[in-house]
Amino acid sequence: MNDQATARQPAGPGAASRPGLAARTLKAIGLLRESKAAIIGVGLILFWVLLALLAPVIAPYDPLKSNYAALANPGMLTPGHLLGTDHLGRDMLSRIMWGARTVLTVTPVAILIAYVVGITLGMLAGYYRGWVDTLISRVSDIILSFPVLILYIILLSTVGPSVFNIIVAVTLAFAPGIGRIVRGLVLDLRTAEYVAAAQIRGETGPFIMIVELLPNARGPLIVDACLRFGYTVITIGVLGFLGLGLPPPDPDWGGMVSETTALITIFPHMALVPSIALSSLVIGFNLLADGLREISMRD
Amino acid sequence: MAGSATPTSDTPVLQIENLRVSYFIRAGDIPAVLDFSLTIKAGESYGLVGESGCGKSTVAMAIMRYMGIAGRVVAGRILFEGRDMASLGDEELRRIRGGKIAMVYQEPYSALNPSMNVGSQLMEVPMIHEGASECDAYDRAIEVLRDVRMPDPQTVMDRYPHQISGGQQQRVVIAMALLSNPSLLILDEPTTALDVTVEAAVLDLIDELRRSYGVALLYISHNLGVIRRVCDRVGVMYSGELMEEGTIAEMFAAPRHPYTMGLFGCIPTVGAEKHTRALQPIRGQVSLPHQRLRGCVFGPRCDHAQAGRCDQGEIPLVRTDGSGHQVRCLRWNDIVPSVARATGQADHGAGDEVVLHVDGMSKFYELPERSLRALLGGGAVRYVKANERISFDVIRGRTIAIVGESGCGKSTFAKVLTGLETATEGSIELHGRNIATIPVQQRSSELIRTLQMVFQNPDGTLNPSHSVGWAIGRVVRKFGLAKDADKVRARVEEMLDIVRLPAVFASRKPRQLSGGQKQRIAVARAFAGKPNIVIADEPVSALDVSVQAAVINLLMDVQEKFGTTLLFISHDLSVVRYLSDHIVVMYLGQVMEMGPAEAVFRPPYHPYTEALLSAVPVADPTIEQTHIRLTGEMPSIIDPPRGCRFCTRCPRRIGEICDTVVPPEQEPVPGHRIRCHIPLEDLRKIPPVFTRVAAAAE
Repeated sequence: MNDQATARQPAGPGAASRPGLAARTLKAIGLLRESKAAIIGVGLILFWVLLALLAPVIAPYDPLKSNYAALANPGMLTPGHLLGTDHLGRDMLSRIMWGARTVLTVTPVAILIAYVVGITLGMLAGYYRGWVDTLISRVSDIILSFPVLILYIILLSTVGPSVFNIIVAVTLAFAPGIGRIVRGLVLDLRTAEYVAAAQIRGETGPFIMIVELLPNARGPLIVDACLRFGYTVITIGVLGFLGLGLPPPDPDWGGMVSETTALITIFPHMALVPSIALSSLVIGFNLLADGLREISMRD
Repeated sequence: MAGSATPTSDTPVLQIENLRVSYFIRAGDIPAVLDFSLTIKAGESYGLVGESGCGKSTVAMAIMRYMGIAGRVVAGRILFEGRDMASLGDEELRRIRGGKIAMVYQEPYSALNPSMNVGSQLMEVPMIHEGASECDAYDRAIEVLRDVRMPDPQTVMDRYPHQISGGQQQRVVIAMALLSNPSLLILDEPTTALDVTVEAAVLDLIDELRRSYGVALLYISHNLGVIRRVCDRVGVMYSGELMEEGTIAEMFAAPRHPYTMGLFGCIPTVGAEKHTRALQPIRGQVSLPHQRLRGCVFGPRCDHAQAGRCDQGEIPLVRTDGSGHQVRCLRWNDIVPSVARATGQADHGAGDEVVLHVDGMSKFYELPERSLRALLGGGAVRYVKANERISFDVIRGRTIAIVGESGCGKSTFAKVLTGLETATEGSIELHGRNIATIPVQQRSSELIRTLQMVFQNPDGTLNPSHSVGWAIGRVVRKFGLAKDADKVRARVEEMLDIVRLPAVFASRKPRQLSGGQKQRIAVARAFAGKPNIVIADEPVSALDVSVQAAVINLLMDVQEKFGTTLLFISHDLSVVRYLSDHIVVMYLGQVMEMGPAEAVFRPPYHPYTEALLSAVPVADPTIEQTHIRLTGEMPSIIDPPRGCRFCTRCPRRIGEICDTVVPPEQEPVPGHRIRCHIPLEDLRKIPPVFTRVAAAAE
């Protein structure tokens, strides 16, 4: 009943005043069209997302199953195996498709958690300042002082590679950087008069941070998130290459590159195809980030 | 006659003929200036008045041929000393800019290069434009700094911009403009960012320099009082067109165009008795040049517009008589200016219940000392005494104004009152309860509801991410005035109605609103929780005059409707005079004078109040004003004078006693207190700042 009332009268306050989600999404897509970079980026990302979604349907083979007949000549392109088979006789095309699935599930989860942690820390530091800021900023500085790759290697070689550990490692590596960006944004935003108005209204700190400040910090954060998507894809690839990625036998682009390097002089495509997959996805995210920045600069 | 290439003595310095400027952007071209003409003779001072968005700055930029990539002169000519600016090559243009035509901007701080000292920035001008030697340039810089009345020019030459005050910075910018001996000086709102006493001194300086340098001025401002002080002739611009033009005497005594009359109706006059004349805001909003309709651009907002006549063709600029007075109105001859009416709000006999009792309230900030000695506990702790022993009472339903220049501590007081800061000493009793030391986090919801605030900056006061309905609704919910969605919405719509905005505004985002509308929403938000006291911190100083009048009237109406007590913080004495019952004048954290508005605006004055009043730019030609100027700079609040705070700049200082002894509070009439050493009988002898002279001929 109440819902109906709000639907009939969109002029009302609060949530009822927003245009529908579908309309806003359409508008956002319309804006994306203004940037060529963004269109190409979205295209690349969508390509991999589709492959990942459809992998169970369109992948010609089970990515884990070996074709013993093909074991004798890995890498050979045959009509049955368009991209050949790897050293264990598994179909490369299927493994690439399933590999997209892995990277596209681990990355968003890792990014999301890193953002929740980073935003929380940055907000606290920027809003309360004082010793809270000092503590959070100094600990962040310590983490940021490690080269990221070394940080990952130390962490994952200690606790062992697993999906969960990779997510924890990404969070630990990214949260300080995200926190720093958020802190800077909040330091600027908190001087606005609407924040003073909220304080005078007796709003609590968490309310001000989440409801008054966070929505106004979202622009730069969305661009940053796109870039970090790309970095995470690379990271997972690199970890896979170093044998610290997802444990075998699950298909993993980085792992596929490392498994095939032995044959790289004879069959370069075996290392090249997963590498191209990886970089095209990364480039997709970077182009989207560039495009978003370009569009946001215009308004 | 205009095209003569050789400048003779009677060639105007600047002649603009039918100028039309457009900005070309993705959405198409937007005309900013349409058919604009003006002539400035040598040594003449021309004032250009108009509200934001009317194209006055575009004219200035067009003269300099400095309009960016998007702006272009579409039609018309700009003749500078008889030469068409459009025909000049880049090299010639460069020599004219900053050489023959110089410009002074609104923000002195951003006009100066922060990484160069004042001396090298000044010396650059003759060195680049005339190839003067460094030695010559230095001498000339010193000379021109003396001309702009800069104390101790040698020292100032070595300073960096951040080391001198705003008033001094503007003097440096003016000095820089004068160094090349320009024949035209364009000043774009040069005193808007300055305090009123500093503004008065800078205006005096501009007036004096233009006579001694013989330079022609194009003075752009939105403030008619300022224009009256420094200009010979004035042009009123609206929506890219010149509406009216004439000499100061003609225009201020007998404006002909309804828009000019409207502008005068919008400004409160500081000399008039309170409430004798209501502000008459111009209805509607400034229509931007690209939204213009057929016929008169001002038509939609004009009370005298006639359908079928004013909305037909182009309205020509016509001469009203033999002199230069021109007006772009079909009805200039048959409009009778509306007679000023009194406000309905005259002395409402509100009771004398004291709602707020401030008693000896002080707020000191500890100065963060980061030296090694301080860390070891050696040095004495230093304090910034932002508020010191402030005492006054506020009566229910009345308006009390706190007046003073920047740095006087008026905003600190608001912070302590709202609980964003806590007092160091003393008390603020609200309904008999001391709230001075309770921070906002510990205040009860009821107490918080009692005290709400309207802020200065319309762009910062509303959260850009939330709708108007959300902002007002949040207050309603927060203070439990309504719980379920329908009632909240009803209350939001009621508040919107009270601030005279349609209910559909509830779903708008702040970026869809104009500055005046945002400020109305801010008023609605502050009053939505039915507060007993509303603090308004400079609520109209960032608005255009026509909007300013509307918001002031609105604030007074809403206040009367709810019987709210209003604490009005401002530096604008005319506005204060118009709406307040009581006035508290502050200087360097202390109260100098306080009392009923009538008493404060009449002798006996505190010398500081007298100086403030004397500095106010007055647009009303029937008011004569005494001429008192403060010299020197406001002392640092970290190290204020020991005796009277005002002694270093006081024009009526009586001797040693002022420097060493804290002045007593004197009470000429009960409720009117002056903190000064000068005996009351002497203070009473001070002539009034404002006197009414016989109205100019009409």
